[in-house]
Amino acid sequence: MKAFTYSRASSPAEAAAEAAATPNAKFIAGGTNLLDLMKLQIETPAHLIDVNGLGLDSIEPTPEGGLRIGALVRNTDLAADARVRRDYALLSRALLAGASGQLRNKATTAGNLLQRTRCVYFYDPRQPCNKRAPGSGCAAMGGVARQLGLVGVSESCIATHPSDMAVAMMALDAVVETIGADGISRRIALQDFYRLPGETPQIEHDLRPGELIQAVILPPPLGGAQIYRKVRDRASYAFALVTVAAVIQPDGSGRLAAGGIAPRPWRVEAADAALPQGGAEVSAALLDGARPRPDNAFKQPLLARTITAALAQAREMQGKEMMS
Amino acid sequence: MIGGDEFDISRRAVLLGGGALAGAGPVRAATRKETDMQDSPTMMEVSFSVNGEARRLRLDTRTSLLDALREHLQLTGSKKGCDHGQCGACTVLVQGRRINSCLSLAVMHEGDEITTIEGLGQPGELHPMQAAFLHHDGFQCGYCTPGQICSAVAVLAELQAGIPSHVSPSLTEAPTLSEAELRERMSGNICRCGAYSNIMEAMREIAGEPA
Repeated sequence: MKAFTYSRASSPAEAAAEAAATPNAKFIAGGTNLLDLMKLQIETPAHLIDVNGLGLDSIEPTPEGGLRIGALVRNTDLAADARVRRDYALLSRALLAGASGQLRNKATTAGNLLQRTRCVYFYDPRQPCNKRAPGSGCAAMGGVARQLGLVGVSESCIATHPSDMAVAMMALDAVVETIGADGISRRIALQDFYRLPGETPQIEHDLRPGELIQAVILPPPLGGAQIYRKVRDRASYAFALVTVAAVIQPDGSGRLAAGGIAPRPWRVEAADAALPQGGAEVSAALLDGARPRPDNAFKQPLLARTITAALAQAREMQGKEMMS
Repeated sequence: MIGGDEFDISRRAVLLGGGALAGAGPVRAATRKETDMQDSPTMMEVSFSVNGEARRLRLDTRTSLLDALREHLQLTGSKKGCDHGQCGACTVLVQGRRINSCLSLAVMHEGDEITTIEGLGQPGELHPMQAAFLHHDGFQCGYCTPGQICSAVAVLAELQAGIPSHVSPSLTEAPTLSEAELRERMSGNICRCGAYSNIMEAMREIAGEPA
C-alpha cells in the first residue's frame, strides 16, 4: 500500500472543501472496498479524509412521506430498519443478498453506491484495463467474461456494477443528495448518477471533485409486491450473475431494475411498460442493443427466466394477501 | 523523507540477515523494504480499548486494525488469512459488532472498544462458544477458529436483536434460530478443513437448540 496522510473531517462542507483542495484525496467511510483496492495499489490516494464522524448515520422521514437515508448508515442497519423492511422490502432484501455479515456491518450506503467493479481484469494490475489505467486496453475482451456485462457496455469496458443495493434503489427512483466543495447541496436522480463507460470507463459517476454524498432519498412507499432475486454461483457471499429488483402492483404494472448485466443498475422505460406482458418481453426490452460475448450470452435467457420467476413470486404474494 | 543513513542501515541489516540464511528469500525482502522506504510513511497516534484495556499506539497510517492487534499488541489470536475480507479469519468485535479487521485502518478506531478472541475467554475460563467448539470438534487445523468463534458469538446477538438475513422467510417477523439462518449468517467465515457441520452444532448448542 502506498503511504498516505489521514485526517478526520468535522463537517460535510469542510470534508468536501478539503477533498477538493488536496491533491489525490479520497473520502473513507466503511473502507471495505477502498482499502482492498489500496492494498493492490489499484487505488493510491495520497490523503484520506475519514468521514465517519460526520453524523450522517440516521434514517429520517421526509416531508413527502419517503425516507432520507444518511450516507453513513451501515448496510446492516439499513436492511434491519423497521420502516425499510415494511415499506421498501426489496431494498432490505437486496442489502441482505450482498456481501457477508462482517462487511455489511461496516459498509455504508454511500460507499455501496460508489464501490468499484469486481471485474477480475480490473483487479489484476498485470492486465491491461481501461478503467484502471486509461488507454491500456481491455483484457476482458479476449478473456473470461462470464461475470461481465452485455448491455450499456463499450469497446473500452464491459465491467458490471457490483452493487445489489443500488439495483433496488434504481427500481425505487432513489435520489442522491450531495454537498459540493462550495458548500452547496444538490440532488441527482440515481437514474442520472452513473455514467456509461463509452471511451472513458474510468469516469463512473456524476460527482464533481470533492463532492460528498450526504444522503440517499427514497420517494414515498409504492406498496405492491416487492421482490429482489439474485442468481449467483453459490448460495451466499458471491457477486451476482443476474439480479432483478421489482415492485409489482396487483394490476400487473410496476417497475423493475436489473443487476449483473450492465455498467450500472439497469432500468429501461420500455421494460417497465412491458411488465404486464411477462418475463420474455421485459427482458427483451432491457437487453435491447445488447452485445453479449460467447461466455456471457447465457445471461440473456437467465435474465428472462429470473424476471419470469420474480413475476410469478409477485402473483403468489398477491394471492396470499387476497386470501388473508 | 527518510534519511539516507536510516535507509542504508536497514538495508544492511536485511542483507546481513540474508547472509546468514542464504537463498533468494531475503533478497526479495530487501527489494520490498526499499519500496516501502520510498513511500515516506505517515505516523499517527491512536487510542482504543482492546479486551477492556486502554491501549495507545503510534502507527503508520497504513496499519490495518488486524496488524495493530497482531504485530503491535501481540494479540495473535486474530488471524490473517486472505487480508482482503474474503475469509473471515480476522473477524473481531468492534463496539459489539463483528467486522473484518483486515479491511479497517487502526487509526479509524479512535475511542472504540475492540474485543478479540483473547477477550472472549481464556484457558480455564472459556466463553461458552469456545467451550462448545471444543465439545463439538468445531475445527481441525484451527486457523479460522478465532474468526469463526467471534463471528458465531455476533451471529447469535444479531438474531437476538431481530436482524433479518437473506434466508429469513419474512422481513416483518423476527428471524428464527434455524440451521438455514445460522449457515447463511456464517458465510463470511471460510473453513479450509470443512468443519462447518460441527461449527453448526456448537452454535446450536449455545443458541439453546438441540444439536
